[in-house]
Amino acid sequence: MLELRSVNAGYGSFQALFDVSLEVKAGEAVAVIGPNGAGKTTLLRAMTRLIDLRSGQLSMESKDFTQAPAHEVVSLGIAHVPEGRRLFPRLTVEDNLRMGAFLPGARAEFSSRLEKVYSLFPRMAERRYQLAGTMSGGEQQMCAIGRALMSGPRLLLLDEPSAGLAPVVVQSIFDLVRQLRTEGYTVLIVEQNIQQVLQVVDRAYLLETGRIRSSGDAKALLGSEAIRRAYLGLV
Amino acid sequence: MDSIFDIFLLEAVLNGVLLGGLLALLSLGLNLIFGVIDVVWICYAELVMIGMYGIWWLHTQQGLPLPLAMVISISMVAACGVLLHQYVVSPVLSAEPINQLLVTGGVLFFLQAFATVLFGVEFRNVGFRMPSLNLGDMSFSGARLVAFGVAVAAIGGMWWFLRNTYLGTAIRAISQDRGVMPLMGVNARQIYTLTSALGGGFAGLAACLLVLQYDVHPAIGLTFGPLTFLICVLGGLGNLIGGLVAAFVFAQFISVGGFFLQLEWGYVIAFVFFIAVMFWKPEGLLSKRR
Repeated sequence: MLELRSVNAGYGSFQALFDVSLEVKAGEAVAVIGPNGAGKTTLLRAMTRLIDLRSGQLSMESKDFTQAPAHEVVSLGIAHVPEGRRLFPRLTVEDNLRMGAFLPGARAEFSSRLEKVYSLFPRMAERRYQLAGTMSGGEQQMCAIGRALMSGPRLLLLDEPSAGLAPVVVQSIFDLVRQLRTEGYTVLIVEQNIQQVLQVVDRAYLLETGRIRSSGDAKALLGSEAIRRAYLGLV
Repeated sequence: MDSIFDIFLLEAVLNGVLLGGLLALLSLGLNLIFGVIDVVWICYAELVMIGMYGIWWLHTQQGLPLPLAMVISISMVAACGVLLHQYVVSPVLSAEPINQLLVTGGVLFFLQAFATVLFGVEFRNVGFRMPSLNLGDMSFSGARLVAFGVAVAAIGGMWWFLRNTYLGTAIRAISQDRGVMPLMGVNARQIYTLTSALGGGFAGLAACLLVLQYDVHPAIGLTFGPLTFLICVLGGLGNLIGGLVAAFVFAQFISVGGFFLQLEWGYVIAFVFFIAVMFWKPEGLLSKRR
């Protein structure tokens, strides 16, 4: 579905990603794990064209979009829930969701998708007229995921959805990821919460200092030596 | 004696309300631009001047009917707003605010000088004056009544647009987080272009209403440009409701102050009030909601 081939990218003179190749197949849940500063967020930003590649190719469902402007990536069926959620704090929950359905194709589906998001997150229905910035972190994360779903994506990119949340809420976010899979979404999730994320995905890539160090079946990685090292690197 | 005093005071208050509508419309475009793009168009009143010259030239020199001249001028000033954004504001979008002020301030003097070259320093008018409306002993300027009605409709329309459309929601959203807009499928450049066209369009609309009451000359921007800017600051720059409130407060100071003293004193009192507010609440009466 999504394919990255030999991607090099960075900011200014700083190179953050070295020769990264990665693939997500339709229906899969894939994680990119690794320590702080490994380039995980940069990798997602490169995937949705928020930063330019120095070299390499991006393709979605065999369609190359290496040169596409960032605002056209959504229309390929990719929705990106960015690091820190990035809701519009002084818009209501419903207006935030409306922004997720901005593209003309999505506008026609607005009501039906809104209903779906509200049934997935009943809390959002209760708070539809509340300003997004006044909600708790967990609620904001639900709203951010809901906003991404409003575009009707086939592939969902989640950047550290558990960051900054209370442990109880973290668990509910991972339960949600599991639920999204059963709803038919393909998911690529970037996480530092390695132990938990490996229990909800099929495969994972380990990213260290901008390079893919290893990859494979989630269960196998959970017990591997390389992961233990990266995991300890966190502390 | 008492009742005559009362009725003239009432007339001054009502005239203040009418003036407030015009000032509110004048500040709307400037406020919108600041609220969304975070840049102050110091040359905003000169865009209004372009519109007034446009109407005068099309109507008196080219013989077009006044309404047609107005519609063309509004579109023309809207286009000027887009050009201003594209070629002047956009290159300094991430520069220091002082640089942005200097650049748009430079455009102010450029437009003034250019208008002098094109049209000379003479006062021009469209040769059309609205009759005034008399209610008992009170008299109201017809042009101000029209201006008030149009201003209220335009502000109401803008409010509805910002609240109820996808583009309006995007305009509100982009002022809160520009960087995330591409992830919504929004082309930020297009939203800025649209906002600039709206800001310019409001300047053009203000020109239509001013040209019914005032002669146009190259320095006309200086007579109400500072006033417009002060109203936006008083209301809290970028806050549309604050600007609306400030316009009506300011207009009452001018109108009622001028009633008790002389007209000129009305302005003096209004500006003293402005300075006092700046000491008391420098962020404006209703500060910008961040």
